[in-house]
Amino acid sequence: MLKQVEGSRAVAEVVALCRPEVVCAYPITPQTHIVEGLGELVKAGHVENCDYINVESEFAALSVAIGASAAGARAYTATSSQGLLFMAEAVFNAAGMGLPIVMTLGNRAIGAPINIWNDHSDAMSMRDAGWIQLFAENNQEAADLHIQAFRIAEELSCPVMVCVDGFILTHAVEEVDVPTQEQVDAFVPPFEPVQVLDIKAPVSIGTLVGPDAFTEVRYLDHKKQLRAYDVINNVSRAFKKAFGREAGGMIRTYHVDDAKTIIVAMGSVIGTLKDMVDEKREQGQKIGLVSICSFRPFPSKEIQEVLQKAKHIIVLEKSLASGQGGVMSAHVKLSIDKKIPVTTLIAGLGGRPIPKKSLSDFVESMEKGTHGELHFLDLDHAVVERELAAFEQEKGRGR
Amino acid sequence: MMKNTSFNPKGNRTIGNRLQEACECTVQSSKDRCNSLTSGHRACQGCGEALGARWVVDAAMKAAKGKLLVVNATGCLEVFSTPYPETAWQVPWVHSLFGNAPAVATGVAAAMRVKGKGDVRVLAQGGDGSTTDIGFGCLSGMFERNDDVLYVCYDNQAYMNTGVQRSSATPPTASTATTPSMGHEPGNVFGTGKNLPLLAMAHQIPYVATASLSDTRDLEAKVERAMSFSGARYLHVLVPCPLGWGYVPNDTIRLSRLAVQCGLFPLFEAEDGEVTSATKICEPCPVEDYLKPQKRFANLFKGDKKSDKRLAQMQAIADANIRRFDLLGDEENCK
Amino acid sequence: MKPFATVLEAGTSLTNKTGSWRIERPSYVNRLPPCNKACPAGENIQEWLSLVEQEKYEDAWREIVKHNPMPAIMGRVCYHPCENACNRVVVDNPVGINSVEQFLGDMAIREGWYFAPAAKSSGKKVLVIGAGPAGLSAAHHLAQLGHKVTIKESQKKAGGMMRYGIPQYRLARKVLDAEIKRIVKQGVDLQLGTKVSDLNVLMKEESFEAVFLSVGAGKARTTPFPTEKDTRVFDAVSVLRDMEGKDKPDLGKRVAVYGGGNAALDVARTAKRLGAKDVTIIYRRNREKMPAHDFEVEEALEEKIEINFLSTIKSYQGKKITLEKMALDKSGFPQPTGKTERMEADCVVLALGQGVDAELFDGVDALKMEKGIIPVDEQMMTAQEGVFAGGDMVSSFRNVTISIGHGKKAARCMDAWLRGQKGASSKKHDLASSDRLNTWYYEKAPRRNRKLADPAQRTDSFDEVIKGLSQTDALSEARRCLSCGNCFECDNCYGVCPDNAIKKLGKGKGFEINYDYCKGCGLCVAECPCGAMEMTPEEN
Repeated sequence: MLKQVEGSRAVAEVVALCRPEVVCAYPITPQTHIVEGLGELVKAGHVENCDYINVESEFAALSVAIGASAAGARAYTATSSQGLLFMAEAVFNAAGMGLPIVMTLGNRAIGAPINIWNDHSDAMSMRDAGWIQLFAENNQEAADLHIQAFRIAEELSCPVMVCVDGFILTHAVEEVDVPTQEQVDAFVPPFEPVQVLDIKAPVSIGTLVGPDAFTEVRYLDHKKQLRAYDVINNVSRAFKKAFGREAGGMIRTYHVDDAKTIIVAMGSVIGTLKDMVDEKREQGQKIGLVSICSFRPFPSKEIQEVLQKAKHIIVLEKSLASGQGGVMSAHVKLSIDKKIPVTTLIAGLGGRPIPKKSLSDFVESMEKGTHGELHFLDLDHAVVERELAAFEQEKGRGR
Repeated sequence: MMKNTSFNPKGNRTIGNRLQEACECTVQSSKDRCNSLTSGHRACQGCGEALGARWVVDAAMKAAKGKLLVVNATGCLEVFSTPYPETAWQVPWVHSLFGNAPAVATGVAAAMRVKGKGDVRVLAQGGDGSTTDIGFGCLSGMFERNDDVLYVCYDNQAYMNTGVQRSSATPPTASTATTPSMGHEPGNVFGTGKNLPLLAMAHQIPYVATASLSDTRDLEAKVERAMSFSGARYLHVLVPCPLGWGYVPNDTIRLSRLAVQCGLFPLFEAEDGEVTSATKICEPCPVEDYLKPQKRFANLFKGDKKSDKRLAQMQAIADANIRRFDLLGDEENCK
Repeated sequence: MKPFATVLEAGTSLTNKTGSWRIERPSYVNRLPPCNKACPAGENIQEWLSLVEQEKYEDAWREIVKHNPMPAIMGRVCYHPCENACNRVVVDNPVGINSVEQFLGDMAIREGWYFAPAAKSSGKKVLVIGAGPAGLSAAHHLAQLGHKVTIKESQKKAGGMMRYGIPQYRLARKVLDAEIKRIVKQGVDLQLGTKVSDLNVLMKEESFEAVFLSVGAGKARTTPFPTEKDTRVFDAVSVLRDMEGKDKPDLGKRVAVYGGGNAALDVARTAKRLGAKDVTIIYRRNREKMPAHDFEVEEALEEKIEINFLSTIKSYQGKKITLEKMALDKSGFPQPTGKTERMEADCVVLALGQGVDAELFDGVDALKMEKGIIPVDEQMMTAQEGVFAGGDMVSSFRNVTISIGHGKKAARCMDAWLRGQKGASSKKHDLASSDRLNTWYYEKAPRRNRKLADPAQRTDSFDEVIKGLSQTDALSEARRCLSCGNCFECDNCYGVCPDNAIKKLGKGKGFEINYDYCKGCGLCVAECPCGAMEMTPEEN
């Protein structure tokens, strides 16, 4: 059913349709509307057999989900930014224990300085935690990815993080097709855990593993991520068949076949980029776009295939590995022929808008070869140069 | 709380008795106890925590008619019981992190509730570090939500697993790796630490109790009582640690007993935030009897004025407990 | 694929044999309970208390009579050194062993329990001379061992000092008669009023292969102070003996008893019951030094008997007694002070101790007295082969229980001697001293004492002063036993093992240590309430 709804509401409604059994909620901007929506849906009786628990921290939120999942319940939580970091220990733990928890991450910058607006630094901080990380381009996909996430998680016994850009998606009102309960039920079978706390068959879950077997455990974690390629693609295909629309998968492409310049990005910025590509194409530029949906596992093979004929690659990312540069661009570079130049474009940090014009200007200037490997979109040079000069001066005084 | 038994003497405080009906005896005396924590675990000789955990979980298993799931915090108990590829647990058991056992237990209990298995009970357990320090936030949350979990703290008064560092349950003057006693200087300082049972009571949860290894019957009665409530319950068990406290392993139970008898570890029960019973001390002893056998308190027995003063301060703590909980027994309650 | 780190595939810690950590090993032991050690009759008190505890009364009685055939008597007259040794004093006060013994003895008489005759006859004839406690005890044990026993007793009735020395208010004669009858009934030939004149001739004539002498020490010591011809001075032995005859002794209204032993008290209390108004005991030392048992002194005082401590009789003339006051010196010995006092009495009864009547053995060279007793060896045998002796005549420590013990020991040695062997002294376990116990596990439980008849009324008759325990009280007393040194299956070891390394085998079967897992922490030993476990170093 098509609805004009806020992204958070769409996510809440879809998660409710997935029949979570335990929902743990701790508020943080910009995730709040999701858990508020779920709270209301649970209280109104729209979710059968669901326990909605208000916890005291994000650490507790994911921990409650861990307990519920280990005991065989479908568990869900949502967070953002600092919240994700506060639950970091549990994030790794949930994956290590192979618990198919689904968590929405309303992407937001990490402080200090404190900032409630969107970027991807929170998701990037947990990229090696063992979770599958899916990024939504728009509210429809944000909703759809949750339906897929439960199926992927439970098929793999691996937690899935659905990344939804804070405010840009979570608070944007758009038209979303919210499926029916029957449709979702048909797509997401009941949760059958591979191992569970069971009074009839006592097992010890989460035991200590020493040097004798720890490498094997990690190797198997890696194999599980590799297996996820197929699972993510299959689920995406199955979704299209069932719901009649594209969502998920490893990557999606836009005008890449003949493109000399290809932009790689993920999340809500894809919409803007598509508009820009359209414009450039009209101007006759051979430019294309790759949208990464699954950051974990990273679609190295797809990236390599798609980018092999490109002359220039721009990786636009909403996070920065200070002292190194781009996180995603490093991943891309490892996936492709080293001869193809890759430019990292850091954009949208802490909610800085990414205007189409800035992007367009950047692509233009880049083609003139005026940029280095790392570029910060719309950086206020006056401010940074003043600060850097002041710093040099302070240093000169021996401070 | 003693089980009221009409049976007269021949060791009526013993764990069992061949003349007693099985139903009057402790779970530990039963051939059918579940041995939740079985042989082959790697706890030190005379480990109080290993013993306390078996007593508690076996009793809880009985109360729950075998329908019990156990959540364990990181710590000695978790490490010595489950080094891959072995587990000493004969009950369904899950370990997640150091600081989240109460929250994990909340999740497990929620799962049981939504799955219509409300008769399956949940017990969470951890040491004093995970309970009073790193996991206190989660514990407090579990308490205030009144989640249906029995949380058991096995208190050995320091971080033993990591090599005896101070926790907020470490008593004053005790020497630990991070509060070392140096020369004539004592270890941990006075005026610090937190009293978890009282904090638990402040959450107005249905049941809070303290127990020690001194008396199996008392401990089991408290587990049974705790299991008769739904909602959040807290049991704080003193479990001496031969390694961390510095005493010979066969003193574990004797020290548990002396801790109670000297007044430093009061045994009491509270319901809905009110103390409902306190075990009377019938064989009172000075704190010295309890402290002297432990190397961590060696600084109290230097024989100089300062250490004498510190010992008097320790006695004052015990005396305050005795007053606060009205612990001193008289002829009537110490027959 | 199962997530690897999440589930433990069939792994159990039971594969980890922690027994290899052990440097000391616990084990179960048996230790000798102090009551047993203290019992002159060698009763296994703990065992029969345990049977009472289980309400197996007849089994309990049969356990007693393995060592002592007269529990009803001993339950009344034994001075119960067992209770003085009882470890329960650490907890509250000793177990009332003596009272439970009386309870069982009385129950046996009431229920008519008797001794089964010996399974096999040895075909040997043995003689017992003297039907006192030692003789009766020996006769019983000899009969149980299959020997044909004849007892020759010079008095008209059997019982020796039990009849002629212990007043009826302490031992009802029907109880005495019942227990003697039971011993005789198993085939013992009891010949009363038979004085033996020549032992060697008798043994040949009646072909006895061994003999047990137990004629007691019935000869009173002589008067140590000047008297006049018509002053009335008696000895305690005669007074108490005459109490069993038709004519009771006439002691008068004011009776002085001289001495501080149990006989003095017996006589004093008897005099009171015979109608004496004022009875005074004169004793040269103080109450602490008095050899009589404290409870008897207490009972006598309750009966308004006066005791004149630190006094000796200088003379008894007319009805006047001159006393000299004494003072104890540093070594506790009484020394005359020169101060005198006077009192009046219709008679003086001497209770100054007894000696062995040596006339009996005049014809036998081997039976020479030494320091007032007949010497015997380890096997209770006198200098003459085949002639054994016991009871008051061989020992200066004299009481009924010691005599019963002598009778038992002598019977066993005689049996061995008759078979050409030596009586083996059984090897005893180490003592279960109170420091071996963990008394925390024993809660205080008040001792249930036997009731005493009202002092005001009891001197009106010779009815027994002490009343037996009720069954409930007897059971309660038995359950107060700590079971020192021997496992009573309290499950402590099983319960306190942090390694679950002790197996409970079930009622009556005890426990087994699984050394595969026992780390040797010693908690089981430390928490064993009764000291029935020990730690020993591992070899290597």
